[in-house]
Amino acid sequence: MGVDKTQNRKKKTALVYGVNFLLTALLFLLFTVLISSGSLSRLQSNLVILVCINVLMAVSLNLVTGVLGQLVLGHAGFMLVGAYTAALFTKSSGLPLEVALPIGLLLAGLVAAVFSVVIGIPALRLRGDYLAIITLGFGEIIRVVANNLDFIGGAQGLSGIPSPDKLTLFLYSSVLVILAVFLMFTFGRSRHGRAVISIREDEIAAESSGVNTTYYKLMAFVLAAFLAGIAGGLYAHHVGMVDPSKYDFNRSVEFLIMVVLGGMGSITGSIISATVLTILPQMLTDFDRYRMLIYSIILIVVMLFRPTGLLGRYEISVTGLAGKLRDRIKGRSRKKEEV
Amino acid sequence: MSFISQVLNGLGLGSIYALVALGYSMVYGIVQLINFAHGDIIMVGGYMVYLVLVVLGLPLWVAVLVSILVCAAVGILMEKLAYHRLLTKGSPRISLLITAIGVSIFLQNAFMLMFNSDPKSVPTLITRETLDLAGQSISITTLINIAVSVVMMVLLYLLVNRTKVGKAMQATSEDAGAAKLMGINTNRIITLTFAVGSALAAVGALLYCNAYPQISPTMGNLFGLKAFVAAVLGGIGSIPGAMIGGYLLGVAEILTKAYISSDFTDAVVFGILIVVLMVKPAGIMGKYRKEKV
Amino acid sequence: MKKAKRILSVALAAALMTMPLAGCNNNGGGSSGDVIKIGGLAPLTGEVAQYGTAVDNAIKMAVEKINEEQGGILGGKKIEYICYDEKGDSSEAVTMYERLLDEGVVALIGDVTSKPCKAVAQKAAADNLPMLTPTGTQEDITDVGENVFRTCFIDPYQGELMATYAKEKLGATSAAILYDNADTYSSGIADAFEAAAKELGMTVTNKEGYQGGSSGSKDFNAQLTKIKANNPDVLMLPVYYSDAALIAVQAQAQGITSTLLGADGWDGVIEKIDASNLSAVANARFCSQYSASSTDPELQAFLKEYKERYGMDANMFAVLGYDSMFIMADAIDRAGSTDAEAIIAALKTTNYKGLTGTTTFDSKRNPVREALITGFEGDSYKFIENFSITTGAEE
Repeated sequence: MGVDKTQNRKKKTALVYGVNFLLTALLFLLFTVLISSGSLSRLQSNLVILVCINVLMAVSLNLVTGVLGQLVLGHAGFMLVGAYTAALFTKSSGLPLEVALPIGLLLAGLVAAVFSVVIGIPALRLRGDYLAIITLGFGEIIRVVANNLDFIGGAQGLSGIPSPDKLTLFLYSSVLVILAVFLMFTFGRSRHGRAVISIREDEIAAESSGVNTTYYKLMAFVLAAFLAGIAGGLYAHHVGMVDPSKYDFNRSVEFLIMVVLGGMGSITGSIISATVLTILPQMLTDFDRYRMLIYSIILIVVMLFRPTGLLGRYEISVTGLAGKLRDRIKGRSRKKEEV
Repeated sequence: MSFISQVLNGLGLGSIYALVALGYSMVYGIVQLINFAHGDIIMVGGYMVYLVLVVLGLPLWVAVLVSILVCAAVGILMEKLAYHRLLTKGSPRISLLITAIGVSIFLQNAFMLMFNSDPKSVPTLITRETLDLAGQSISITTLINIAVSVVMMVLLYLLVNRTKVGKAMQATSEDAGAAKLMGINTNRIITLTFAVGSALAAVGALLYCNAYPQISPTMGNLFGLKAFVAAVLGGIGSIPGAMIGGYLLGVAEILTKAYISSDFTDAVVFGILIVVLMVKPAGIMGKYRKEKV
Repeated sequence: MKKAKRILSVALAAALMTMPLAGCNNNGGGSSGDVIKIGGLAPLTGEVAQYGTAVDNAIKMAVEKINEEQGGILGGKKIEYICYDEKGDSSEAVTMYERLLDEGVVALIGDVTSKPCKAVAQKAAADNLPMLTPTGTQEDITDVGENVFRTCFIDPYQGELMATYAKEKLGATSAAILYDNADTYSSGIADAFEAAAKELGMTVTNKEGYQGGSSGSKDFNAQLTKIKANNPDVLMLPVYYSDAALIAVQAQAQGITSTLLGADGWDGVIEKIDASNLSAVANARFCSQYSASSTDPELQAFLKEYKERYGMDANMFAVLGYDSMFIMADAIDRAGSTDAEAIIAALKTTNYKGLTGTTTFDSKRNPVREALITGFEGDSYKFIENFSITTGAEE
């Protein structure tokens, strides 16, 4: 009986992984073909890339805000660090772009991670709203300093960043998003992930049961910053310039909105909301005037009535849905039999 | 001599920070909420001044009255509509903070839709002359700022320490549950705190309009954050602390601009925040509360 | 209920995945018919919306005039002007640029502010799309490619011009500068002014910066106190009108008596100063690309029509937007086709007389034109004189 159950579970896990892998691969191939054949308009391919970058930002922020339960208001600061790092590297390394870009992106993540360690060690000692404020402070300091350093362009920002063609950029960003999401899922189920979740649920209890809270907090924080740095690097190469004034508090809040709406702790939720919030403004032309007003109202209403976000911690899974559908059909036929 | 006038400049700016910081501090003292939208109350006050003086062309005292009343009303509405449910449910702080951010974005964008993003100018409220004191010319605006902020603090101090309502506020801040048991209507006290804090921000808005006669929907954004830093610096929850924090931050900001670098001013302000939180999280005048298990 | 919600969210997700695929109609070369599509990019919402709206409004007026009064271009073809909002953001500007190309525009008028303009120029250079920015002043915007032109003065030109003016016409021997360090326009002019002033033998007593922007600093007392201690002859404020108004009022409150100088960003400053504070700019001078008090009938007609139509005064942004559309239309007409190379070649030989005077382009595709020095009289602007660096210098 017991053996049977484990085998069953193993089979099921394999199935889940298999189906998800297949679907991701299909989606990836579909977009690759669509972009490379030119069936997508320039705007559409552009949006696909932007969606990938925003998903990367939302998913990484979700790790600290949703999974760890700490409000971080300076996420755009790490994106800025990554953007400058990658851009400076590809601009000045002299290597061909195909070589420079992956190294630049990796560096972007690493440098952002280093910044997050420097910021995290003091900041993560604080709790709750003070942590939020201090990350806000650091985020603003990064921006102000970047705005005044002449070797990275000062207020003018950094321009003339070599821009790869759309397909290359899509390949990079989509592969990175897939890796990041995979990492998030496996992290969430690992020992480390459970330790991080225990901090969210009750920090004091976690600490007294032997979880090294500072270590795990820092781990989640650094991982999030690493991904944000990569997203920043992609973004810099997508736009072709870095404008420090655009990585401010408001930008951080936009990512926060994505996380909150999708559900704090739900990775699929973040993916969906980042996608919707990137594409929706483009679809509705007159929507933009009211965009932030509507977001703010949704933010307040969601907090009032569903404080964990729209999806909460629920993850949408294809196999789960298929299973439910099957159960329902079975149930229905059983009912018929009973009748 | 120039140093003294710079310090005076700093005190003038710090007075406005202080008035706004008082609101942050009072609200935090009672419900442990960083009311992010508090900075935007200045903006509301500024637009009321604009509406009354420029659009309607009414005298100054009407503008003072209207902006104080409207700001207090906005404060009350904010508490009733956005925070009340969360506060009574004992929701996690993160939800409260996100709601506060939501309220702040809402106010900014609502005003942007009503008045568009273009800054509006407001007239001189009092005077723009300079005073000659021992060969040193001092801007009267600065002196007005300092005087008004001191008067306001004294009034607030009397309200909190000498009246029944004030005692109830203190009790609610110490222990809301116990205060309730003693027959204090804590809900009313919380609402009142929001109203008083917002009214003080309205006074801050009036001083702001007098000193920097231009308003825009995002004017409260960074200004509010800095006032919050002032509140933390002085010790959040403490009235004299908020004042001292405000003055100190104003002077620090001006002296940075004058003698170090005007480009890094904001970095210095947030640097102060970080240092305070690291070294003495309770601020200058505050008392550190241990988290109850 | 819960299940329904879940199913709904999955359906939504599925819809989103396919959304980019919907409406896949690539209508490249949309200008083949009776209309010629010209793209526009401007911030119509967000913090710098007031600049973008002015440009967009004026361009719409220009298009109507070309289509209805002049009977179109290229032998009667109408111009279709498609403008997208880029919210003052470089990334958004690039996205909207792609969208314009999907629409099949043959030329671009935009962007309005320098940073998004630079980002778009980089992309436009790669596509070799004729581009004319009405108001992107940052010097290196046109450096990215032979296809990028501009209607407005570049930043360094204005700095040099005002320094020369201060020396030649105001007899100034000392100058101070207060500029917005977070703004490229402002720092560009400030640097050029400083260099030129030093070269002309003036003493630059202070060069003070501040961090501007919509949520930036509004308190300038620290910098003004320092400037006052040196009592310079002139105080150069190369900033946009909102900040210029604030600084002027605070400078007066500090008791500063130096002559205030500004650049073309000052146009519109009167609306930002309440009548009670107008004395703060009484002696100020700024250079501009047109003068509202000029007697040019076409300019006056434009200003009148603009005000009637949009309920507000036209400013420099509007005037430059209006001229830009005419310059572009003129170039396409002379090119004889919508071929990019032909339009670019025609733009290079532009000699157009518009609201800002007669415009030709130099080898770096920047306009060559005289500047106007404007002052104040009561509650209106007052044209003082024409001035350019060459006519001003005694060589």
